[in-house]
Amino acid sequence: MALVEVSGLHVTAQGDGGAPSDIVRDIGFSIDRGEVLALIGESGSGKTTIALALLGYARRGCRIAGGTVRIGGEEVTTLSPAELSELRGRRVAYVAQSAAAAFNPSLRLMDQVTEGVRMRGLMPRAAAEAKARDIFRALALPEPDRIGARFPHQVSGGQLQRLMAAMALMTDPELVIFDEPTTALDVTTQVEVLRAFREAVRERHTTAVYVSHDLAVVAQIADRIVVLRDGAMRETGPTARILSEPADSYTKSLLAAAAPRPQQSQQQPSAAAPLLEVHGLTAGYGRIDRQGRLPIPVLRDIGLEIRAGSALGVIGESGSGKSTLARVVAGLLPAAAGTMRLDGVALAPTLEARGLEELRRIQIVFQAADTALNPAHSVERILSRPLAFYHRLSRGEQRRRVRRLLDLVKLPMALLDRLPSELSGGQKQRVNLARALAAEPALILCDEVTSSLDTVVGAAILELLAELRRELGLALMFISHDLATVRAVCDEVMILYAGQMMERGPGGVVMQAPQHPYADLLASSIPELRPGWLDGIDATRLAEARGETARPSPSDRCAFVARCPVRDKPCETEPPPLRRFTKGSDVHCHRTEQELLAQQSSRAGSAVIVPLQRLDRRA
Amino acid sequence: MSDTAAISSPRRRRLSAARQAGIALVVAWAALAAFGPYLAPYRAGDVVNVGVFAPMSAAHPFGTDYLGRDMLSRLLYGARYTVGVAMVATVLACMGGIALGILSAVRKGWTDSVLGRAADALISIPHLMFALVVVAAFGTSLPVLILMAAISYVPGSYRFARALALDINAMDFVEVARARGEKTAYVVWEEILPNMIVPLLTDFGLRFVFVVLLLSGLSFLGLGIQPPNADWGALVRENITGIYEAAPAVLVPAIAIAMLTISITLLIDGFSGRSRTMVR
Amino acid sequence: MLMLGLIARRVLGGLLTLLIVSVIVFAGTNILPGDATEAILGQSTSPEAVAGLRKALGLDLPAHERYLRWLAGLLSGDPGVSLINRLPVAQLIGPRLANSLLLTALTAAVAVPLALLIGITTAIWRGSLYDRVANVTAVSLVAVPEFLLATVGVILFAVQLRWVSAMATPSVGSFTQALQNFTLPVLTLSFAVTAQMARMTRAALLGVLDSSYIEMARLKGVRPARLVLHHALRNAAGPIANAVALNLSSLLGGVIIVEVIFSYPGLAKLAVDAVETRDMPLVQACAMIFCATFMLLVLVADICSILSNPRLRTR
Repeated sequence: MALVEVSGLHVTAQGDGGAPSDIVRDIGFSIDRGEVLALIGESGSGKTTIALALLGYARRGCRIAGGTVRIGGEEVTTLSPAELSELRGRRVAYVAQSAAAAFNPSLRLMDQVTEGVRMRGLMPRAAAEAKARDIFRALALPEPDRIGARFPHQVSGGQLQRLMAAMALMTDPELVIFDEPTTALDVTTQVEVLRAFREAVRERHTTAVYVSHDLAVVAQIADRIVVLRDGAMRETGPTARILSEPADSYTKSLLAAAAPRPQQSQQQPSAAAPLLEVHGLTAGYGRIDRQGRLPIPVLRDIGLEIRAGSALGVIGESGSGKSTLARVVAGLLPAAAGTMRLDGVALAPTLEARGLEELRRIQIVFQAADTALNPAHSVERILSRPLAFYHRLSRGEQRRRVRRLLDLVKLPMALLDRLPSELSGGQKQRVNLARALAAEPALILCDEVTSSLDTVVGAAILELLAELRRELGLALMFISHDLATVRAVCDEVMILYAGQMMERGPGGVVMQAPQHPYADLLASSIPELRPGWLDGIDATRLAEARGETARPSPSDRCAFVARCPVRDKPCETEPPPLRRFTKGSDVHCHRTEQELLAQQSSRAGSAVIVPLQRLDRRA
Repeated sequence: MSDTAAISSPRRRRLSAARQAGIALVVAWAALAAFGPYLAPYRAGDVVNVGVFAPMSAAHPFGTDYLGRDMLSRLLYGARYTVGVAMVATVLACMGGIALGILSAVRKGWTDSVLGRAADALISIPHLMFALVVVAAFGTSLPVLILMAAISYVPGSYRFARALALDINAMDFVEVARARGEKTAYVVWEEILPNMIVPLLTDFGLRFVFVVLLLSGLSFLGLGIQPPNADWGALVRENITGIYEAAPAVLVPAIAIAMLTISITLLIDGFSGRSRTMVR
Repeated sequence: MLMLGLIARRVLGGLLTLLIVSVIVFAGTNILPGDATEAILGQSTSPEAVAGLRKALGLDLPAHERYLRWLAGLLSGDPGVSLINRLPVAQLIGPRLANSLLLTALTAAVAVPLALLIGITTAIWRGSLYDRVANVTAVSLVAVPEFLLATVGVILFAVQLRWVSAMATPSVGSFTQALQNFTLPVLTLSFAVTAQMARMTRAALLGVLDSSYIEMARLKGVRPARLVLHHALRNAAGPIANAVALNLSSLLGGVIIVEVIFSYPGLAKLAVDAVETRDMPLVQACAMIFCATFMLLVLVADICSILSNPRLRTR
């Protein structure tokens, strides 16, 4: 008999003084013991709502309006509050998305982890703590004997996530629900956590539900997949079948968006002088001391070149300084050292010192479309302002040009008098883009413009960007943490870590061996859309992934040294030299090309497929 | 692509019933203040023949006061002082507070520190105590009262406006405007202020309520509006002996103040949704 | 430790602000021409008498010297002499301060537990009829002028029903006598304070109850009682203590009206009388005591906030 049986589940939300609206309807699936089921969907698909319904829980303003949820034969929706308290955290456990928000900041971790068993009198404190420490070890947490005495704010994100899993496993539950547990983590930390979860679930033969929007992550851990959209089930089936032969159109678009094709067919950038040149850029916050050094250098000694019409991708995880780079180029943050040139002419570091033409030719588009548009201004007003400011167009000309801009970003005219609160996420981002285009710039700085959008919506924005580049000959600096997206859009790629440049070169070349060790780690940490990828990761790789992402520090040496598998004596003290590899990219490393090549290809023997191949599978 | 299709709900521009009622209320009070004397059946100083502390009757809906004057008329004449004077003081307080608050938020640095310290000092003096000190020093003329109330409540308005402006200043759309090259004046007027209007209005309303309470409290102590003029607080004071006869003359002005302050407070509370506590 | 440093900075900042307040108070009361000598001697005296008195009172010194003298006097417990009855201000203030403290302490003893009870229960039963009624009542009470409450109270309980007396004296001889004397003033004072304190307590607790970690605890199966007592109150204690301290400071305003209405011989009534007679030294001293007390309460509120932040308690 299946452990979990859901049928006809219907959850509604109370609208503002109106009729209740549906969040999910007609949801039905079953999970056998020991099976892992994935709920896949974008934001608003209802996946978290369904996961919470398995606990008999609905958020404030929502209620379970109909359907049945049976766990071990027991109907959950009709349980009394006391019985629900028995069920939750005991037979069904929940691992939330944001571990930082899920732990009580005033209680020690061990207290919270063992609370489930202690408050029910299942185990005495000493036994509970011993068991907890065992689970910490199994999840590969550092200092398993002492970490329990800490408070949540003293522990990192990846560790908190594993602690939450430990908390869930303490009561030996029959069902564990993982709700987007790795979404908030850096991609290089994600691997270790994912692996830990999978091992824990397999060893205990626990039944699990894994909620995510990331198909590649889900492919590593789930046996069966349910695809959701707008509160309805679109498709369900075994993982391998869904990934290779999706039947539903939405599933197909999800798969297509998860594997964007590279836009390699750009016109070759001309050999003419570069549009933007940056040398030795150092920037950060705090006062510059007498030696010209910053207390917190967010960026250190960055150099790059962008030619007219070409696109440079800047990749980094949290703390890499990539957003700061965009702000420095835009003039919002003055650099402490280094130079910038636009078309060969020196570019002033601050906004006040730049001329109108310089300001016009470089435009910036931010990540959070919600806060990048003034909620009090209509779309027309937002788009008219740069036209009036830069080009001094008359009212009539402004109206005409605004309509052309909307056309360019493929938005309907009906949106002209709407306020930003009345637009969807994708629409807001398009208005953002249109505003940047209104200035008729030569270079657009895109700061994580698709990161807060759903994958499908984001993929559409990327296509739009590619089209605009072709039509208008725009140059782009595309900043992201997502390697796949960047390679799809950009000709050249630069990889940052803790404010330092690790590697820079043409897109297709940067991901081939020999690579900078960090680039190597980054590329191999990205889950591939095939089951079994996680199994192929070797022990050394996991050890690197276990380290936490470094913060920028004032020292000159390579920031990656703490996690680098090939670190050597000079790495600890001296800054790494810039080497030009034969494959065409520039790398900051003490190791030579041969040494890196030897180390990485010996490892490639144990891991399997090179990323490029999966593109052929796209339907 | 559904992403680019227009969302079907058009913008709801019409105000809800609750908000319309609220605006009607405010207009009613303002009208009372402006046209009170014209509506009064008697002149404020006229003594009528029904005796002192008369109970409520058809001819004198609120009875008569300690000298035998019609209370309704006294109340209507007093509305100008209670509502009008408080309004002027609140407008001054808010204008000053908002201007300084935005200045502080946008300029930061030294300006912000100095203004902040000054605001802290003023806020540390309980309002009624500040009023007492000022009255002791400068007397009770109308300009003094207005200025005193305004100055006492500027710091609260300053703190509130500053916090709002700082919040908005940190938003991306302000950075976008700056990155465009816009000057500070544009950023303040076009980007920041339009987003502050609704919260500032609710703050104005609450501040008005507290100014009314302060000024009427002061008049009640005999240190506010002086005879022969009288605001509602002074009306309570001069009729205080009516307590022993349970005369309407002493209750009605106090109830009038309460109606004014409670109605406005409930209105504001409804507007802002959750329980809002005024920044002193 | 980080926290001690924060607290020390806050205390120093408070002292600085108090200093600025003293300057304001002194400047305000001395800015007009015509000084105390006129008030004492009247208009028609000889210039020699005026000059003599002026010298005796030290009024011929330049302003900043007078200020420093006054400040030194304040700090050493001798804030000058009353202009009206020539008694030391400290002597006049002493007993009245004690009376006022008694009144405010009784009010606090009533208001704080009541406010906490109402605040916590309305948060737990949010949205219920009880909560909504309590909310509307609280909002209204905050806006009501004290003299309305006092007037209604006196008319109802003192005049009509004759349960309590209309004037209050600070004698606590017997329990019934205390009840007789203090019921009305304490009730009047505590209404507005309780209402606002309850609202802020409710908001603080709701802020915690709405947080993700409370939801997580619920999903772990923690029962409601343990949820509130073990999980929520721990984190709400700081904001609630903050709210209590801040609202106690508003007592300092209300006590002025209440003492006047009930003719209670407290510090506030003394201050009001001093204002009427323009007895400047007395006004200044009363003002400084009020401000210092006010600032002390706000400081306590801030320190509660700092202490309750777990990130500051440990690295």
